[in-house]
Amino acid sequence: MAEIALKTTMSVSEIKVRAVKRGGAGDARFRAISFAAAALIVILFAGMMAAITGGALISISASGWSFLTSEAWNPVTDKFGALASIYGTLITSFLAMGLAVPVGIGIAIFLTEICPLPLRRPIGIAIELLAGIPSIVYGIWGLFTFAPYFQEHIQPWIIDACADIPVLQTIFAGPPYGIGIFTASFILSIMIIPFISAVTRDVFDTVPGQLKESAYALGCTTSEVVWNVVLPFSRTGVVGGAMLALGRALGETMAVTFVIGNSHRIHSSVFSPGTTISATIANEFTESVGDIYHSALIEEGLILFFISFVVLACAQIMLRILHKRAGGVSG
Amino acid sequence: MITINKRIYNGRMRSNAYFLVLSTLAAVFGLIWLALILSSLFYHGFSGISLKVFTEMTPPPGQDGGLANAIFGSVVMSLIAVAAGTPIGLLAGTYIAEYGRYSRVSDVVRFINDILLSAPSILIGLFIYVVVVATTHTFSGWAGAAALTVIVIPVVVRTTENMLLLVPNGLREAAAALGAPRAVIIRAVTWRAARAGIVTGILLAVARISGETAPLLLTVLSNQFWSTHLGGPIASLPVMIYNFAMSPYEDWHNLAWAGALLITIAVLSLSIIARLLESSKKQ
Repeated sequence: MAEIALKTTMSVSEIKVRAVKRGGAGDARFRAISFAAAALIVILFAGMMAAITGGALISISASGWSFLTSEAWNPVTDKFGALASIYGTLITSFLAMGLAVPVGIGIAIFLTEICPLPLRRPIGIAIELLAGIPSIVYGIWGLFTFAPYFQEHIQPWIIDACADIPVLQTIFAGPPYGIGIFTASFILSIMIIPFISAVTRDVFDTVPGQLKESAYALGCTTSEVVWNVVLPFSRTGVVGGAMLALGRALGETMAVTFVIGNSHRIHSSVFSPGTTISATIANEFTESVGDIYHSALIEEGLILFFISFVVLACAQIMLRILHKRAGGVSG
Repeated sequence: MITINKRIYNGRMRSNAYFLVLSTLAAVFGLIWLALILSSLFYHGFSGISLKVFTEMTPPPGQDGGLANAIFGSVVMSLIAVAAGTPIGLLAGTYIAEYGRYSRVSDVVRFINDILLSAPSILIGLFIYVVVVATTHTFSGWAGAAALTVIVIPVVVRTTENMLLLVPNGLREAAAALGAPRAVIIRAVTWRAARAGIVTGILLAVARISGETAPLLLTVLSNQFWSTHLGGPIASLPVMIYNFAMSPYEDWHNLAWAGALLITIAVLSLSIIARLLESSKKQ
């Protein structure tokens, strides 16, 4: 009897041991697979950097540093310089940010402080949905609807009005094409407004209610609460969100390509056609002939990669700082 | 006795009023442009839409036709991208939320994933061009699907991680107390608890890739005809819109508007479904 009992307990524990071992092995396998998937993300990123750098090598050795300082873009003689595209990328992004940041933050303030409560959710959802509309829709609206109207009704008027004012006459000069740097920046800014307001609203929501309530209890007006409580608390987050939007604007292709005019020249007038890095690649990549031309386009991509990497990395770091702090205060 | 300095008080009230008016105006300004865009999209789009759009191929200029081949190409490439990207994203998100929640490695992966998430999509197009198109010497549907996969993965990783972090630790501890190994806990408890959120993430990923144009432009080219051969160039909706809008032909423009409307409706309904799923889970 005793022997049998011993046997059964032994065999039970053996089954248990085997089950635990099996579980352990399955666990290790699952852990390894999921780790491999996580590693794949790092590999993808490194691969992207390596592939684009590798594709750009021919152009780097052919053009050297002059690629960054020259405005020439001549596929016939294989002389390439990205200065005009870099200039176009930066100027359209910064003009777009100049309009989109104040408006986007204004919308976020409106949604969190002013808007009547029953309207907050619907308007907030509408803005988030609009942030997801593909950029090609903004692009063809800009090309077919905005640019013709702007060319006929608004642009000539601005050019006339600024014709005698010293600085403005060079900024708003030239024939009214409709398309150009200004139109591209405007479309770009409309595209990123919903994005900025959605991010900023989320950031404003991390401000603890008690902070705002105590400011109101001291007799602050809404504007004083926003300037002295909400914005100081969420500053890093707002800047991070704006930089995320800047990263989007810098690399945006479709909203810009349609309306920028694709001209590799730097003009002082914002009404003149220009180009951006992404527009150049989209327009010319599949039509480019010859190794150097091809590689020059990839090198433009490499420049865009570095610019947007720096901007996006800063944005992520700032948002992280904000979330850590918000977690510390409310939790 | 409390005396209120009228001048200061009125000044504060006035600046507050300016502030409120300015931010309301900002909201009105932003919403007006968005309403204008949507209304002209719906106006032009609906006038271009008919049954033919879904049944006929893209026409040469001057003839009647539809977008059937482009719709088919877009759907097929998106499906492949989601099928390939979802498991990878799901597993990677699981790793950083479950196994390595507090580890250095996860911090790095999370950081790089967030950068990939907002990286310009044209760069992903260049990446796949160099890796796939240049080595196989042909533009192909497979290359396009690969580019879309690279876009899907970070979206799924981000939402999976966020959703798994919301699962209460008590559930994991209860399962562990019953003797379940970690892999079983994750598959049978935490994934199940976070299912609605993960599905939301996948829907958002589909919404994100359905309008992507730049990467497809560099990897698939386009195709005027019906083609199910993924080894060669095939048509896709966004690239077709791009080509048709850039052309000088009026009837191609109408098809471009119709295509843009189709994409917008698809994206909006996907995001609304995702939102409904998310809110039904919260209640």
